[in-house]
Amino acid sequence: MKREMSVFPSRVRAATDDPPLARIVLTFVAITFIALFLLLPLFTVFSEALAQGIAAALAALDETDAIAAIKLTLLVAAIAVPMNVVFGLAASWAVAKFDFCGKSFLVTLIDLPFSVSPVVSGLIYVLIFGLQGWFGATLRDWDFKVIFALPGIVLATMFVTFPFVARELVPLMTDQGRDEEEAAVSLGASGWSAFWRVTLPNIKWGLLYGVLLCNARAMGEFGAVSVVSGHIRGLTNTMPLHVEALYNDYQFVGAFAVASLLALLALVTLTLKSILEWRFADEIAASHRH
Amino acid sequence: MSLVVESVAKSFGHFPALNGVGFSAPKGAFVALLGPSGSGKTTLLRILGGLEVADVGHVAFEGDDLLALPARERRAGFVFQQYALFRHMTVAKNIAFGLSVRPRRLRPPRAEIIRRVHELLSLVQLDGLEERYPSQLSGGQRQRVALARALAIEPRLLLLDEPFGALDAKVRKDLRQWLRGLHDRMGLTTIFVTHDQEEAFALADFVAIMNKGEIEQFGTPDEIRSAPASAFVKDFLGVQAYMLPRIGLARR
Repeated sequence: MKREMSVFPSRVRAATDDPPLARIVLTFVAITFIALFLLLPLFTVFSEALAQGIAAALAALDETDAIAAIKLTLLVAAIAVPMNVVFGLAASWAVAKFDFCGKSFLVTLIDLPFSVSPVVSGLIYVLIFGLQGWFGATLRDWDFKVIFALPGIVLATMFVTFPFVARELVPLMTDQGRDEEEAAVSLGASGWSAFWRVTLPNIKWGLLYGVLLCNARAMGEFGAVSVVSGHIRGLTNTMPLHVEALYNDYQFVGAFAVASLLALLALVTLTLKSILEWRFADEIAASHRH
Repeated sequence: MSLVVESVAKSFGHFPALNGVGFSAPKGAFVALLGPSGSGKTTLLRILGGLEVADVGHVAFEGDDLLALPARERRAGFVFQQYALFRHMTVAKNIAFGLSVRPRRLRPPRAEIIRRVHELLSLVQLDGLEERYPSQLSGGQRQRVALARALAIEPRLLLLDEPFGALDAKVRKDLRQWLRGLHDRMGLTTIFVTHDQEEAFALADFVAIMNKGEIEQFGTPDEIRSAPASAFVKDFLGVQAYMLPRIGLARR
């Protein structure tokens, strides 16, 4: 055995040591893919928006319908995201800290919005709350509009973005187990103060990450919102819907200007996340190790 | 008798973890629950600590009906096998936790809490580590922080779940002697779970040998060694004595 090994020393390579060619090819493929499918579209959005100069782009944003769309989008996110934080926390708390029958069903249910087409989820709300829907007549009697109005848009957005917070927290909380909460209770903490002082601080980074993703998606959701909104300009058009409307009207500068704003919001979200990760690297590491 | 456990039973689904166990110990006793894994010793400890609810049974402790009190009113300091330190808190905050969660009218003033934390830190010989996080400590240090945290609430009953299970042999030996000394000085009643016969017999005043949810024998180490009550006890003691050096190696 010993002799055989020493005969071909040059062929012996560490298992983790890939041949140079493979490394170059893999890196090239990855960079090309990122450039073509991620950077190029982003660049196009901004360059189209600025095609007729920055003044034209700004003018397209400073217009009644555009401002209404921006306000509506922010309002919807401001309602839907906190609601999903509460629901996501409750769901992941239940899944991670308790054993009950139907648990795996609940986990599957949490993922449902990811697997259902957004258009279908929008249609569900039309069927339930629309004029011809189950509660249509009742809602009309109360003079409360859900479909083609703010409540419908918020509901559809919440449905589509529900998994973001829960999915981020379930594995984290399952991994952390119940030990620390039990310790807190045995030291005299009530359930509520165990949650505020122990559970929440332990999951805050995961929660923040979930909130940022949820927010990005809430502002960018198109399909489900498109079905329930009714596309009333200046009233029920969110930013993504406004982009489509402008584009269909051949107002390319306007469409891309609003699209740029959406893209910027997403970039801000990502930058925020990176800054937080960099700023609190030690603390994040501490909450994962133990 | 200060601690009286009577016919405590608990099952998880169809699996009976405890089939009506009982024992009694005087105030200030150091009791070891010894047995193979799955014998119900941790379940019994968790019931005493209020982390698990017994199906039936009664526990009297210093005149209280212990099982009727919620966990946070039992004043039982629980030390977990994996320490369960609050990972996002410094050592000082960990130890202060039990005092700072008290309702406002029962909470000691800030300066008093800080003084208590320092006192406990020097008690567990960790002076100067106040501002460290648990992840920056060694296993033995974490265990001592966990102990200090449990002692901060001035417990009447100290419950330890395999407190030295995750430590290497040398640290284990030092810590357990120190723990016994601490117990004697503070006048606590201590119950600790272990599967290490040598540890149980070296430390405890009373040993409960557990098997399949029952206490096979309860007595002083000498009583058990000189007169094993059942074939299981005899077998368990014999096998363990023979296996000890190997277990020590496998742990590494």
